[in-house]
Amino acid sequence: MTTLVEARDVTLSFGSTPALRGASLSAEAGEILAVMGPSGSGKSTLLHCLAGILTPGSGEVRFDGRRVDTMGEAERSALRRDRFGFVFQFGQLVPELTAEENVALPLLLGGMRRGAAVRQAHPWFERLGLDGLERRRSGELSGGQAQRVALARGLVASPRVLFADEPTGALDSLTGEQVMELLVSAAREEGTTVILVTHEPRVAAYADREVIVRDGRTTSIGVIS
Amino acid sequence: MSVPYALLGLLEREPSHGYDLKRDYDALFGRGRPLSFGQVYATLGRLARAGKVVVGETEAGAGPDRKRYVITETGATEFESWLAEPVEAEPHLQTVLFTKVVLALLLDRDAEAYLDAQRAAHLKRMRELTETKRTGDLVDALLADHGLFHLESDLRWIDLTAARLDALKREVLP
Ligand SMILES: Nc1ncnc2c1ncn2[C@@H]1O[C@H](COP(=O)(O)OP(=O)(O)O)[C@@H](O)[C@H]1O
Ligand SMILES: [Mg+2]
Repeated sequence: MTTLVEARDVTLSFGSTPALRGASLSAEAGEILAVMGPSGSGKSTLLHCLAGILTPGSGEVRFDGRRVDTMGEAERSALRRDRFGFVFQFGQLVPELTAEENVALPLLLGGMRRGAAVRQAHPWFERLGLDGLERRRSGELSGGQAQRVALARGLVASPRVLFADEPTGALDSLTGEQVMELLVSAAREEGTTVILVTHEPRVAAYADREVIVRDGRTTSIGVIS
Repeated sequence: MSVPYALLGLLEREPSHGYDLKRDYDALFGRGRPLSFGQVYATLGRLARAGKVVVGETEAGAGPDRKRYVITETGATEFESWLAEPVEAEPHLQTVLFTKVVLALLLDRDAEAYLDAQRAAHLKRMRELTETKRTGDLVDALLADHGLFHLESDLRWIDLTAARLDALKREVLP
């Protein structure tokens, strides 16, 4: 097994507020890693550092052996576009676009032509139980359907890593479980590494392993000494 | 059950008479279910026969309760490993979890590390049940869900307790 995603002693402050005070984790290729912890503990900030969206104040972030924290912005945005997929809790679909166009969006932004992008998006509708919803706009989808469209969009470009931040946070528990089941099955079939941020143990239980964040620090599981 | 371990833990703090053990047990863990003296002495008797405590000389003085109990090396070792070991992650553990947390605080051990280890054990069991749910039929899934909901509520309790350890410590320490 090879380490694909790694953070070492990452710190980050928003102004004078420290959000991360020394967070470390690593995920192997193909692994599903849950990042857990109470609200405000720094989970989303850590995910944004891993994904090259935020630059840490100190520490190191690596993807596939390359330093992400010291990369230039152009290289980082190429990495996000070509290697990473994202699913968030809310408001990620573009309301003016159809579901199909929303799924195809990462491919279009990567320069693929429209017809080819829509063709590549298409199988995801059947795969995620969304047949017949291709032409709907986000306002015409239920919460669970919208989240499955967002999941398809996160996976359509075959990313190495899917970053999912509370992907079921806005759903009721049964719908949330269906989304998690689809997320995990698809990631396993594709061999995608998943960094899954959640404060819900039932969601984290879909992962292979968990890391706990508390007050901006990752805790290693200890035994009484 | 955790009564023998609770008594060992109290004896690890200091050698005590049966009466003191009952009083402290009831105050810390009794909550509507105080120990009878019969239970206290029967438990101490079993611990003594197993070599985990020894009974001191009968002390001169008033009162019927004139023997002091002292924990042995064997007893202390057994207590330590019980305390360090996460409880098997099954639902309805509150009493044992609570007993361990209070004893850890009382004896100035790392209660947070214990809760972390317990959280990890619970999550491991939740992963197993989730896998059963994903691969099994509907009956398996429903049974797994039942376990998952209970483990989840234990975990909420673990998180809340972890957040309140300092306050709890002030309360249990004299
Ligand atoms: N953009 C921001 N500006 C200022 N403070 C922020 C910002 N984002 C997060 N924070 C603060 O950083 C800390 C960690 O936040 P976050 O990573 O969102 O936590 P979590 O995802 O675990 O709920 C919190 O105290 C939060 O208020
Ligand atoms: Mg967050």
